[in-house]
Amino acid sequence: MIPEIGHFALVLALCLALVQAVLPLLGAWRGVPEWIAVARPAARAQSLFVLLAFLCLTYAFLTNDFSVAYVAENSNTALPWFYRIGAVWGAHSGSLLLWVSILSVWTLAVTFGSRSLPEDIAARVLGVMGLVSIGFLLFMLMTSDPFTRLFPAPLNGRDLNPLLQDPGLVMHPPMLYMGYVGFAVPFAFAIAALLDGHLDAAWARWSRPWTTAAWLFLTLGITLGSWWSYSVLGWGGWWFWDPVENASFMPWLVGTALIHSLAVTDKRGAFKTWTVLLAIFAFSLSLLGTFLVRSGVLVSVHAFATDPRRGIFILIFLALVVGLSLLLYAWRAPAVKGGGNFHVLSRETLLLVNNVLLVSAAFAVLLGTLYPLILEGMAVGKISVGPPYFDTVFIPLTLPLVFLAALGSLVRWKRQPFRALIGYVWLPLVFCTAAGMLFSFWYLGRVHALLVVSVIAAFWVMLLSARDIWWRVRRNLAGGTRWYRVPRHVLGMALAHFGIGVFVLGVALAGTGSLEKDVNMHPGDAVQLAGYTYRFDGVTETRGPTYTATQARVTVSRDGQVLATLYPQKRIYIVQNMPITKAGIRPGLLHDFYVSMGEPTSDGGWAMRLYFKPMVRWIWLGPLFMALGGLLAAGDRRYRLAVVRQTQPKERAAVRPATQPLPASPGGS
Amino acid sequence: MKAPSAWLLALLLVAPAAHAATGGGPPPPTPTSGFTNPKEDARYHALLKNLRCLVCQNESLQDSQAGLAQDLRREVREQMRAGKSNPDIVKYLVSRYGDFVLYRPPLMGTTYLLWFGPFLVLIAGIVALFVLLRRRTRRPDPDPLPAPERRRLAALLREREEGSKR
Repeated sequence: MIPEIGHFALVLALCLALVQAVLPLLGAWRGVPEWIAVARPAARAQSLFVLLAFLCLTYAFLTNDFSVAYVAENSNTALPWFYRIGAVWGAHSGSLLLWVSILSVWTLAVTFGSRSLPEDIAARVLGVMGLVSIGFLLFMLMTSDPFTRLFPAPLNGRDLNPLLQDPGLVMHPPMLYMGYVGFAVPFAFAIAALLDGHLDAAWARWSRPWTTAAWLFLTLGITLGSWWSYSVLGWGGWWFWDPVENASFMPWLVGTALIHSLAVTDKRGAFKTWTVLLAIFAFSLSLLGTFLVRSGVLVSVHAFATDPRRGIFILIFLALVVGLSLLLYAWRAPAVKGGGNFHVLSRETLLLVNNVLLVSAAFAVLLGTLYPLILEGMAVGKISVGPPYFDTVFIPLTLPLVFLAALGSLVRWKRQPFRALIGYVWLPLVFCTAAGMLFSFWYLGRVHALLVVSVIAAFWVMLLSARDIWWRVRRNLAGGTRWYRVPRHVLGMALAHFGIGVFVLGVALAGTGSLEKDVNMHPGDAVQLAGYTYRFDGVTETRGPTYTATQARVTVSRDGQVLATLYPQKRIYIVQNMPITKAGIRPGLLHDFYVSMGEPTSDGGWAMRLYFKPMVRWIWLGPLFMALGGLLAAGDRRYRLAVVRQTQPKERAAVRPATQPLPASPGGS
Repeated sequence: MKAPSAWLLALLLVAPAAHAATGGGPPPPTPTSGFTNPKEDARYHALLKNLRCLVCQNESLQDSQAGLAQDLRREVREQMRAGKSNPDIVKYLVSRYGDFVLYRPPLMGTTYLLWFGPFLVLIAGIVALFVLLRRRTRRPDPDPLPAPERRRLAALLREREEGSKR
């Protein structure tokens, strides 16, 4: 019964999505207030039905309803309840349902957060989101209904993919999708503005908090994924340039460019058409990411689903979304003019350089991801594009960004006197260069050019971001204001840029300072690594809810003092008979001890891989700072003030009926 | 490049001494590669990291546990023992398995776009930036307010004026 309700809720949601898309868009075009007024109720009802369907599927998982084919394929009675919830999005159909459910969450947020917007703009935004929702609901109902029944129902399910039975994976997809799908909001704003023909600073200000919110979720999602692959895959790496990782990274890069471009459009009214184009690209790349992952077109560690019918549907949907958006853009954008003038050395110019670099970097990732597919499709050869390519191409494009990020708040809008800028930066530059070189030499004992440059860049951006806040605090103290009165968007930017430094430092130091050894160990053997002794104490058999495991014990000590006991495992997941290695990790702010088990060797030992990984936690700490910065910036007062003032224009309109109702003050979250 | 650092070097010097100090326990375990010379061992692993396991889903020869990967690892070890250089080994593997085995795609006719594309976009972006800057710095300042907002501003000012007269 419950699964049928879920299925029915999806059908109803599709009908409501049609209403949500068609009537408000037509109403805004023809100027029919009644049709415009349909937007919010239809959007809310649509969202609630999608969320109801999601709850129904969750219920089916929690109650082990194996008469539902999707539950039977992805769950098991032995699976703990929290993994059963995670299993809802553990495979294709459910992750689509998650996609649409998260779109519903964003849609609901827009219906509430758009109250200060002019009605017709809000209606257009919700209408565009309805169109996106139609596409995905149709996709789900036509090719991958998660509620299909299975008859006769099996006694037990086939269990969740063992790789996914990890707390990181319960959280990773929702976060990632919050980001992916979140870019539908700035996309909808961009399309609405193009349809409306009014691309102005107000549009940019409405889009900003939404874009930042989506970006911060995407940042968290990618970080979680990276942390998950480090702790589960057992290869000690945190980023593999795997096509699926790239699929989430491309919208992030373009989304980062969008955040910066929106700042210029909001503050200075410039680059409007470029900003619109970025909003379209960010969402298109999110769709491309969904397509790449969900169509099975990629052969990668993450590709769980393979069904060409689905691939073709998403491809057509993608082509429609991108094609129509770009057509609309080509039609409307040439009419858009304006924006203030600026000098060669100005914040506008630097932000444009930021955009050029970020877009080039995103293009590099796109090329590296799609090139093997294209060559194979054209039958002109089969190549692999792996980490060596990305390291060579990506780093020269992104390292300059780190240097530029530090200048973010120093350089003025419109025109920055060159001498004054030099006055601000020469001392930190000298200091960071010296400190970076000394530090690198101390750390590695030899000159490693990339390490030196990275460490200097990291010090530089951390120092200047911190100094920026310190200057503000000092000014507040001198001016008699409370010292902590720093605008949130300024604090957010400084924190996010500081996070870049933390991240770069982590990547550079973990990358060059990591040590590893592949050894054949017998119980009692000890190996020296980085001055620590890793001793293999032996193996024991153990079991978990869905697996049996061979667990090794490795103690790490220094000068006879035990510092960590690690329990790497080799698990066999019973239902799917699939072996998984689980690394034994002792995390630390300055270094991790990390051991993963290989195969038993012919002479009765075990192939063990031992790692010493310095500073690896900083790789995830940096993005956490970035996300926190995004949170602060998205919650800035300048976006919320609008809500307080929202009633004013109406009162004015009542006083002066002759004047047309004007766009309300900028609004947002 | 996870090159062995000074630590490793220091380690090499210290490790035998420490071993002697403990009164000669069991000998240290051998690397799985069988290369007791750490330089050879490092070279071996660095080589494996840039080679793809052909039957796996995007795993390097270093990481994969598949049967083919184990065979290929043995092949690489044997070639190294036979004194072949890295380019020789790579050439041999490519002749047998094609470019697919390389994680660094070779520079050739079909991969020019792959290698130079991002930098072409960068150059195009910088050129566009220059053109834009030239235009922006020469043009007079545009109208700072869109028409409807200018009307609203005028209305607000008028309202205030009237208010102050009253």
